[in-house]
Amino acid sequence: MKKQTCTLLAGLIATAFLSAPASAQQKVKIGFITTLSGPQGVIGNDMRNSVEMALDHLGRKIGGLDVEIIYGDDQVKPDVGKQVAEEMLKKHQVHFVSGIIWSNVMLAVAPTVTGAGTFMIGTNAGPNQLAGDQCNELFFSTSWQNDQTPEAMGKYMQDAGLQDVYVMAPNYAAGKDMVTGFKRYFKGRIVDEVYTRLGQTDYQAELSQLRSKNPKAVFVFLPGGMGIQFLKQYSEAGLRGQFPLYSVYTVDELSIPAVKHAALGQLETRYWSQDLKNEANVKFVGDYKKKHGRPPSFYGAQSYDGMMLIDSAVRAVKGNLSDKKGMTAAMRKADFKSTRGKFTYNNNHFPIQNFYLLKTVAGAAPGSDPVMEIQKAVFTNHKDSYGKDCKMKW
Amino acid sequence: MITTRNWILVAILLLLGAVPAAAAYFEQPFYLDLLRRVMIFAIAAVSLNLILGYGGMVSFGHAAYLGIGGYAVGILAHHGIHSGWLQWGLAIGASALVALAIGAISVRTSGIYFIMITLAFTQMLYYLGISIEEYGGDDGMRVPVRSQFSGLVDLNDGTQFYFLVLGILAASLFLVHRLVNSRFGMVLQAIRSNEARTRAIGFSPYPYRLAAFVISGAMCGLAGALLVNHTAYLTPEFMNWTRSGELMFMVILGGIATSAGPLLGAAVLLLLEDVLQGWSLLPREAVRDHWQLYLGIFLVLVVLFARRGLAGLLPGKNE
Amino acid sequence: MNYILIAEQTLNGLQLGVMLFLLAAGLTLVFGIMNLVNLAHGALYMVGAYLTTWFYQATGSYLLAVVLGLAGTLAVGIVTELVALRTLYERDHLDQVLATFGLILIFNELIAIVWGRAALYSTIPDYLSGHVQLTDSLRYPLYRLVIIGVGLAVAVLLWFTVSRTRIGMLIRAGASNRAMVAALGVNIRLLYTIVFGVGAALAGLAGLLSGPIYAVQPGMGELILIQVFVVIVIGGIGSIRGAFAGALIVGMVDTMGRAFLKPTLATVLSPTAAETAGPALASMLIYLLMAAVLAFRPEGLFPSRGS
Repeated sequence: MKKQTCTLLAGLIATAFLSAPASAQQKVKIGFITTLSGPQGVIGNDMRNSVEMALDHLGRKIGGLDVEIIYGDDQVKPDVGKQVAEEMLKKHQVHFVSGIIWSNVMLAVAPTVTGAGTFMIGTNAGPNQLAGDQCNELFFSTSWQNDQTPEAMGKYMQDAGLQDVYVMAPNYAAGKDMVTGFKRYFKGRIVDEVYTRLGQTDYQAELSQLRSKNPKAVFVFLPGGMGIQFLKQYSEAGLRGQFPLYSVYTVDELSIPAVKHAALGQLETRYWSQDLKNEANVKFVGDYKKKHGRPPSFYGAQSYDGMMLIDSAVRAVKGNLSDKKGMTAAMRKADFKSTRGKFTYNNNHFPIQNFYLLKTVAGAAPGSDPVMEIQKAVFTNHKDSYGKDCKMKW
Repeated sequence: MITTRNWILVAILLLLGAVPAAAAYFEQPFYLDLLRRVMIFAIAAVSLNLILGYGGMVSFGHAAYLGIGGYAVGILAHHGIHSGWLQWGLAIGASALVALAIGAISVRTSGIYFIMITLAFTQMLYYLGISIEEYGGDDGMRVPVRSQFSGLVDLNDGTQFYFLVLGILAASLFLVHRLVNSRFGMVLQAIRSNEARTRAIGFSPYPYRLAAFVISGAMCGLAGALLVNHTAYLTPEFMNWTRSGELMFMVILGGIATSAGPLLGAAVLLLLEDVLQGWSLLPREAVRDHWQLYLGIFLVLVVLFARRGLAGLLPGKNE
Repeated sequence: MNYILIAEQTLNGLQLGVMLFLLAAGLTLVFGIMNLVNLAHGALYMVGAYLTTWFYQATGSYLLAVVLGLAGTLAVGIVTELVALRTLYERDHLDQVLATFGLILIFNELIAIVWGRAALYSTIPDYLSGHVQLTDSLRYPLYRLVIIGVGLAVAVLLWFTVSRTRIGMLIRAGASNRAMVAALGVNIRLLYTIVFGVGAALAGLAGLLSGPIYAVQPGMGELILIQVFVVIVIGGIGSIRGAFAGALIVGMVDTMGRAFLKPTLATVLSPTAAETAGPALASMLIYLLMAAVLAFRPEGLFPSRGS
């Protein structure tokens, strides 16, 4: 009887040990951490598809070397993300860790990775700490700093001369950051600032309050499922025609199929759109649609760019993966074909890039889902506002 | 009295003591990390086993104390106090206090009410953690400097930290062992098996159950202090209700009301999670992404068919 | 104070309340009769939403989809009862909590395998959308009124069944003394299956009603499940009356807290303090309420058993 338990334990430990690969240095190893299980797995899946697309476009080579990519699931938990990162660093001895959707997971993982002397290429989360005093030679972002997108929306609404804005976001750190970013550029009157419960499903009480305040415009940040429910209820409550709705990270290619017409007319700001007409993007969006039968999301575009950035670095040092200084210098040039067009890096390794106003419009084919299209550029070469807190100079 | 099973437990602890040397020999430092995490959760599970196994109190909110212990360390570190004595002392003290407050209300209830009220209090603390911006809100915050113990142990050294956790695990196993075999523990178990009779022979259940609840909370708070040092990161996710469920699962999987159970349960659950997610074992994405399905099936099967848990498979009679 | 706004928020609270009631009714009956803690009740809510959405897309008829969705949820519920839950009735709460926790994982992943992890598009027919002019200045969405109507109708029907029919008598008897009911020759197994099926169908009904306004996605059941547990604990487990009262109280308290707590606090505290404390307190309000109720009445407001 005793044997059974011991065998089980020993078996588990042994399988774990045995799965440790022999260390072959001729390959580039990349660990990609994202959320693959649970309800949020839909984002991780889009990122993984895009990473695979990038590798396909690179002929399954990174900087001319063979590549091994290892995916890890963070379950949206910072401590699990860190555990996965440790496993990639210590067991698989990866050269790059990339991915990460959530700010909290990123804040736990990035110091672990850079502390071990390994590159961290963030492809979504951009918390201000990493852009400011925690910036690092080995950390690069191919997405944005959290504040930039709401700053663009603030700028647009300021320029449009809007007044009496009703602001709403979930009551958590990213929600507060988004409102801070928005208010950095929007100086008009705000009639109310409302923070809802994280993961709230019903917004009817807030919508009644909203109507009673009679604002001229509404600005919201409600990512994921929250955005889906909010948009459905906003349009069902008949507010769509009454109060124009502006948002960040509330409508995207992943949520449009679930809201369809309820998103029509929605205005968002973003640095990327599927209709950007540059060579890399046309190829990425076209091939993605062909392979998966639906358009990619911005999460995907960022992850695609992440692989291209790594490729450019390995290429620049001619495959000498121990030349970290050389790779940092190469990445600072952002010398690759990005899906957002050419961009440069700020001193804190966050992109200096254009931001556009996007509108959700009806799809071209009858019966097809709405699509997001660029209306105009709000910012050109927009820098994040935390670079000054970062000691890094180059 | 030391039973066969307890000898086995001692053997397991000795084996765990040999891991750092083995990990160094095989150049696999990752397993030191993994097992350290396992042992930290094992401490939490040991503390839960005291009230759940021996006390019959099904707490569905034990993750709260992981969070409180974590916040005690994180908050002091945030304000520049890095002394481990203070941090861990606060972790234990604050957890005991909160357990006293929660216990004072919830221990009066029983059955489903107890399950739900402990869950509700943990949810409350979870939302509180999310709302406190000063300490990172839902993002949580980095705790870059680990607790310092006047130069006695250096937690930045993986091996020293490992042995410290192992020592605390052994101490908590011993403490719970002594407790349940003491007069206090006997009364506690008597209340679990028949409250009316225990009352009849002159024991009021309330103070005994409350005392066990507080001790358990304090121990779990210490596990929280260890966890935040292990991850170097503080997050309200420590208090997520699914985490409370995982702790319960560890206890029942290992074997409820056994000394070795919580350790076995924590080890199997966390190692299984690692293996199920393991990229090299399950090659197909479609299979790998649904590892929670297999975990769910495993959970149901364990509850339905392995009622005595893994410890039930060990030789020797039930304690 | 703006009376129109208060009236509107009362309707909102009522609507949230009846939605919680639909879920709580089944859960509380299952607990009262079978003594089963079913964490997977939220999964049945999810199944109801998915099946109805899917049938509506496939058939194009909303009414047909509702019928099929309810029947489908009923079937899933009965199969779950027969396969997994039946053996749990005699177990302790701990086993039940863990096994049904496992069922949540299984249901979520199965849904993700069949329909993917992305949220599904779910809508209502045109004749249910639009608004009703209740008074000169109060317009309210028709669909939300429909939810309130359906919820109240179900409440009345359940009340009638439980207090005026033979099966209701058995249910009440079962809630107060199961062994006695079985000893009197009632087919207790069948009663269990019926009660579980009805509970599942009610959860499915809540799911299909919520589909068009909430996000239909895996894990949608857990978001609402914990609130439902708060409802039945406040109301008193095993009591339909308690579930109804608890649901309305929680619905009202939650809605009013979200709507008026911050402005009210702002009159006492500084605006910045109210800004921080308001939303934090509003998220914790129902749990505070539950703790307060249990501190004074450990069996909830309407205990079904004992004195």
